[in-house]
Amino acid sequence: MTAPLIAVQHLGIAFPNNQVFKDLNFEIQRGDFVTVIGENGVGKTTLIRALLGMLKPTSGQIKYFPSKKAIKVGYVPQFRNLDQEYPLTIEDFVSLNMRGWRPWLSKAEHRQVDTALRVTNVKKIKQRPLGMASGGEKQRAYLAQAIVQAPQLLILDESTASLDNEMKYELLDLVQNLNQTSHITVLFITHDLPLAKQYAKHYLALRPGQQEFGAMAGMSVEQLKEVSDV
Amino acid sequence: MFSLAFMRNAYLAGTFIAIICGTIGVFVIARNLSFLTHTLSEIGFAGAAFGIFMGWTALSGMLIFTVISSVIVGQMSVKQSRREASISAISALFIGLGILFLSLSNQTSSYATSILFGSVIGIAAGDVLRVAVLSGIVLLVMLALYRPLKFDSFDAIGARVSGLWTTAISVVFLVLVAMSVSVAAQIVGSLLIFILLTLPAAAARYFVHTVSKMIGVSILFAIVGVWLGLYLGYVTNLPVSFFIAAIECVFYFTALGYQRLHVGS
Repeated sequence: MTAPLIAVQHLGIAFPNNQVFKDLNFEIQRGDFVTVIGENGVGKTTLIRALLGMLKPTSGQIKYFPSKKAIKVGYVPQFRNLDQEYPLTIEDFVSLNMRGWRPWLSKAEHRQVDTALRVTNVKKIKQRPLGMASGGEKQRAYLAQAIVQAPQLLILDESTASLDNEMKYELLDLVQNLNQTSHITVLFITHDLPLAKQYAKHYLALRPGQQEFGAMAGMSVEQLKEVSDV
Repeated sequence: MFSLAFMRNAYLAGTFIAIICGTIGVFVIARNLSFLTHTLSEIGFAGAAFGIFMGWTALSGMLIFTVISSVIVGQMSVKQSRREASISAISALFIGLGILFLSLSNQTSSYATSILFGSVIGIAAGDVLRVAVLSGIVLLVMLALYRPLKFDSFDAIGARVSGLWTTAISVVFLVLVAMSVSVAAQIVGSLLIFILLTLPAAAARYFVHTVSKMIGVSILFAIVGVWLGLYLGYVTNLPVSFFIAAIECVFYFTALGYQRLHVGS
């Protein structure tokens, strides 16, 4: 499991009046579980946008193996303002991410949706309108939608920020399970160092002007705190 | 009632209108565009007046005005904060233009009221055909775009991060809305168009919870409103638009009541 999935080389990203990254380097291996830690505003979401191809680097490059097209990415965004009246059932919400031209879902596609609902533990409540679901159930539904296409890379953008402690671990257990059984590569952005410590295999600590990439094993939460400034 | 040609035409055209408004309304509501449909109906009024001024049909004038302006409004209101103000400015301008073209074309005020409030008697067989063809186009494009449109409308953030071409979808959708507005104006008039484009769909979302079922229920509410409205208008000799508006409001408020009973909020 040492084949790289993404290699970031000498990446620089700058906005007018703001140099976010300068010479950022790291590699994500297939099947890895990488956490990105750092203070607010240090550029965590900017990095994700660059990885997703929504933002053009000002220097350096991001390499995808075998190619960018070949890598399907599932993304659980940080904010989704779905209110209490959001009408769709969890099942319908998850199937929004099914591509194709046919207006209805084929049998095989139904099975795909079913699998995503099952592994994220929302199958029992799939008929519930998403607006009526609890915070933890919503996050699991978002996760289900992100993985319904069986992506190689799963990105979680502060997905646990709004959850209480118990739900956080529940969600991350599911993600870890996906990482181990389906070998989905995980990129987990968080502020929560104990959580990062418990689940991730590698960390990328971002601080203004510098960064550190390394193995999680052997790092204590205090050491993580030191390298990330959180 | 059906022995009268104009009533048969009205029912036929009304059914097509109910079907596309019910369908497209589900996405209008999901995308929070109710206010925009209101503006488009005013723009439609100006377009109809322009069409008459030019000696065309009212429908052609409406189509041109609504399609062009929906794209402009769409471009202008990308920023949420600017949306309401820019839409208000455009609607004010177009109501003014509508009045201008009406007065230039030397039409009496009855013409204006039939554009604004719709006219059942005015629907000829040719109009029915035009409505049918336009409805067919709108429905076909919707079917072809169904999954991406659904994703973008019900989960804009998810659709964007998954790399969907969301800007293109918005523009195509606005054009579809503009076409529906122009078509629906035939029966309910440009002033009350947004009733059929918003209320049936807004009510449907409280009763059912998948996109396909919402479309079904929304079409049902729209059809019941149009059919019953036409019937009551025929029997009482009062404006059809009034009845359609009243019926759709009953559906909507019933839905709100149902929601309150059901979930207590």
